[in-house]
Amino acid sequence: MAFPVPAVRPARPPSGRFVVLEYLIRCWRGYFVSSLAQAVGVPLLYLLALGVGLGTLIDSGPDAESFGGISYLDYIAPALLVAAALQVGAGEASYPAYSRFKWTKVFWGVTATPVTPQQVCDGEALFIATRLLAGSALYYLVLLAFGAAGGPAGLLMVPAGVLTGLACAVWVLALGARMRSEGGAFNVLFRFVLVPMTLFSGSFFPITQMPLATRWLAWISPLWHGNELARGAALGGLGFWAAVGHLSYLLVLLIVGAVLARRCYRARLIV
Amino acid sequence: MIIAKGLRKTFPVRGGKDVDAVSGIDLSVARGESFGFLGPNGAGKSSTMRMIACVSPRTGGELSILGLDPEVDGVRIRGRLGVVPQQDNLDEELTVRENLIVYGRYFGISRAECRRRAAELLEFAQLVEKADAKVDTLSGGMKRRLTIARSLINSPELLLLDEPTTGLDPQARHVLWDRLFRLKHQGVTLVVTTHYMDEAEQLCDRLVVMDGGRIVAQGSPAELIAAHSSREVLELRFSPGSQDAAEVAVAGLAERIEVLPDRLLIYADDGDEVLARVHTMDLRPTTTLVRRSTLEDVFLRLTGRSLVD
Repeated sequence: MAFPVPAVRPARPPSGRFVVLEYLIRCWRGYFVSSLAQAVGVPLLYLLALGVGLGTLIDSGPDAESFGGISYLDYIAPALLVAAALQVGAGEASYPAYSRFKWTKVFWGVTATPVTPQQVCDGEALFIATRLLAGSALYYLVLLAFGAAGGPAGLLMVPAGVLTGLACAVWVLALGARMRSEGGAFNVLFRFVLVPMTLFSGSFFPITQMPLATRWLAWISPLWHGNELARGAALGGLGFWAAVGHLSYLLVLLIVGAVLARRCYRARLIV
Repeated sequence: MIIAKGLRKTFPVRGGKDVDAVSGIDLSVARGESFGFLGPNGAGKSSTMRMIACVSPRTGGELSILGLDPEVDGVRIRGRLGVVPQQDNLDEELTVRENLIVYGRYFGISRAECRRRAAELLEFAQLVEKADAKVDTLSGGMKRRLTIARSLINSPELLLLDEPTTGLDPQARHVLWDRLFRLKHQGVTLVVTTHYMDEAEQLCDRLVVMDGGRIVAQGSPAELIAAHSSREVLELRFSPGSQDAAEVAVAGLAERIEVLPDRLLIYADDGDEVLARVHTMDLRPTTTLVRRSTLEDVFLRLTGRSLVD
């Protein structure tokens, strides 16, 4: 190999964020099957256990009308899609991204090249969005097989899931960029934020069942907004301005979180 | 290639006094040169290397790499550098070949070209048999060779190596040195930090000794030895208890004598001649050794023998 060689540059080199995305997708191939199993398998179990198992009880019981005339399975299906996206998004943004700072230190290697820390953060977010898109689309097909995918607009559940998952994931990316420990804060996040959020955001029962004094917890929960959008897409009945409201909440959460995450990545990698 | 004037790096410490890692250094590295940084831990070598690599912004002074200012053209400069970090940061879940290809992509090199260069670099690093093995199956020496090969994927004009052979066995070190020599002959400029004096003497045309964020000596290995040490060193070991008497006795034998807990070091131009005189003095050292002065003698003289934390 002769040195130095004027480096061969393509007409427009790919932006750093897409090269990082390419790298992360390459890594994904190593755990592709298990990741799809996670995206589909566990929600499938919930669908069977709660949608079918519990659902047949509820639908034949005295409170069958509390869900507005639809079966319990149809009620929780969109929520399960969005909840799965949230879990996968937050999960991928936690330990996998953090390990590239703390243990494998791959990010330090990347930023020794022309790729900037902000592009690394963008690449991570793009990858999470890609995973969420694949997982949610697959889950939509599962729902279709169950007959629980709602009308033609039900396809919009997929972007609703991706948006909700990503809006939360970017905040977890920011957290990881600031952490120095062995990752304990992630466990706290999952146990004390994510699990309660999943239980009290209108996924399994309408929030009207919650005492008025606690209902604000659902209103600030991104999962509730995602649920409303997903249910509106599959089952209809969501007013235009309500939809705009939910969409705006998630978009603001996403943009603020992304800006914060980029800043945190820069602060961590440029010292 | 590299010009630094009054280069400074200060780290803010919350609730405490700022730490001056680099306190104003001047240096220049010419194209095709092989340049070394020596210094104890905490001397500021890695901080300086990180500023040269354009991954750490300087706090003060001027710095120019390849004629460009890192504050303005950091991205462009990094595209023309190769960096071998102190700790490998390879992706252990990918194969050897994939690590090379992925890294090349960060420089905007096309996939086909990355594959082609990866094949050449696998030959260079003698890792062809391991090309499709996962990195976590490699030994430490192989990972280091891979890290060095990776740093060359963009055909850099300037290669920065931070302690390249720390932790490797002698065979691995010699293979690496051989590779670095070849690069040097192909015109790549090398900047190395190292603790190994033999590495510094073998690889580097010019050296800088850093201590406490400052440069305390500069020059070629021979110049440094001539300026800061004698040509030869006579080491005398005594049985426990008899060294004190010997210290007094040898005091006049040479200009510089160093007293260590376990031996005496006498710095002279002709070690054998001094040894002959020692024998006439009825001292009974248990072992004697006459050796040439090395960079380690220079290093320890300039930076001291106490541990720096």
